[in-house]
Amino acid sequence: MIAVLVDAFSVGGLYALTALGIGLIFSVMRLANFAHAEFVTVPAYALFVLSGHPVIMAIASSVLIAVMLALATERIAFRPLRGIDPATMLIASFAVSMFLQRLLVFAFDSRIKPVDPLAVLAGSVRLFGAQINLLKLTTMVTCLVLLVALTVFLKYTRFGLEMRAAAEDFTMSRLLGVRANRVIATAFVLSALLAAVVAVLFSAQTGFVHPRFGLQIVIIAFVATVIGGLGNLVGAAVGGFLVGVVSTLLQSFLPPDLRPFREAFLFFIVILVLLFRPQGLFPARGLKERI
Amino acid sequence: MVNSAHSEHMHRKPCIWTEADLKGCSDMELEASGVTVRFGGIRAVENVSLRFGIHEIVGLIGPNGAGKTTLVNALSGFQKPRSGRICLAGKDVTGWRSDALARHGVARTFQAVRLFRGLTVAENIETALLSTGLARSAARARARDILGYLHLSNRADTLASGLNYGDERRVGIARALAMEPKFLLLDEPAAGLNIGEAEELGQTIASIRDDFGCGILVIEHNMALVMKLCERLHVLATGMTLATGTPTEVMADPAFKDAYLGAET
Repeated sequence: MIAVLVDAFSVGGLYALTALGIGLIFSVMRLANFAHAEFVTVPAYALFVLSGHPVIMAIASSVLIAVMLALATERIAFRPLRGIDPATMLIASFAVSMFLQRLLVFAFDSRIKPVDPLAVLAGSVRLFGAQINLLKLTTMVTCLVLLVALTVFLKYTRFGLEMRAAAEDFTMSRLLGVRANRVIATAFVLSALLAAVVAVLFSAQTGFVHPRFGLQIVIIAFVATVIGGLGNLVGAAVGGFLVGVVSTLLQSFLPPDLRPFREAFLFFIVILVLLFRPQGLFPARGLKERI
Repeated sequence: MVNSAHSEHMHRKPCIWTEADLKGCSDMELEASGVTVRFGGIRAVENVSLRFGIHEIVGLIGPNGAGKTTLVNALSGFQKPRSGRICLAGKDVTGWRSDALARHGVARTFQAVRLFRGLTVAENIETALLSTGLARSAARARARDILGYLHLSNRADTLASGLNYGDERRVGIARALAMEPKFLLLDEPAAGLNIGEAEELGQTIASIRDDFGCGILVIEHNMALVMKLCERLHVLATGMTLATGTPTEVMADPAFKDAYLGAET
């Protein structure tokens, strides 16, 4: 039972971090950033390229690459479109996503590549009388630590306060002196940091990367964001955990014959939630009026 | 207490300045000269000139749809005038964005207040203070001071969404004050307040002028408040200046009586 819970929360944690990465950018600029998938995939490829080098170095480089990629994307693709309607920006993010994905195919071909960034964590430990996979435990703990760190950042730092103000009312925050470029760049950097962490943990679990590596997790995280309530960070985190926990529990407790259809059950629950709470569990305020 | 100051402000300003007057207002003034704003074919504000200095409280009054908020929007950079100039402390600032004007000392409040509803009251103020170059910890301390000044100390940690109407408006004023304005534009600060609250707010506004040394332009429908608070009034009707002068002068103006209070022959 404890093993299942750790499993559930490690999966949920990854979805939560991904959903937060998407939510951070959405809340400040109303961009549903589909290219978040590549913010995850690209650092995972960096791990592949750097495998054999010291783990710390590989991880640090992939984080750095993710941040640079995010800043470049913002500067080149999204800044010129700022203030344009969200649908256009969404399509632009599709374009960025496809472009990067094809670039990866071009550079590495589309076959899967082995990665094992966290080989040290291969074993398991005994905890409360259960065998717990060390990697999953690490994933769960890392996710929780990052959630706390992000909360502290948003609550107690200058940039955090500016981000929250901008997320509430972008126009008003600008009037009060919040610099739009800085706040948006901060959102992209944070989003990329979270994406890189997800890349490391998720690739360590799956053991390989491929050009659609980030997409599989980002699709689910998008659903989590919508369930939680678009534009609400607490909602994104809770939605991520919820989706992860539910899908793991389905995996564990569905009759074996039905397990291949786990996703169908998951999305059935998603539909039910949205039928009763179309705005998500924690609707964001002021989604209507925009810059 | 404010009324006693009236005699100093008896000089009556002309409604429209000549071209020569447009060349720069004084260091201590915010001025709209010959401002016209149109929405489609509708003229919201037509050739209106208004100026006020620091240490002055000017009332901007007029019936609904007279263009008061549009004029305040033009003065604060939210609306670019079709023609005419906005001048701040001797500088032509026509066409400046609202955030640039705010950095240069023009702060305003909104009819809809527009607080950050998911932030606490103190955080709302801190956000504005950060732009003045304060560090977060210094901003926190200063926010407490400002809230104390407006008798909102006990609300500091309340979420803005949980405030009652009167407190919400005071926090809106506190947030504008946090920007250390030289010119403060208040859009219907007393709307929805009861008589006692409005009275108290009037005293607060008067003391803000004295303690913060800023000029205040206030849009207000509450005539009792306006009469008591303002040294000068500027009356708009259908986008045009109808009358200007001290409250007593304006009240005696037949055009004002006719248009604003309704014909009472």
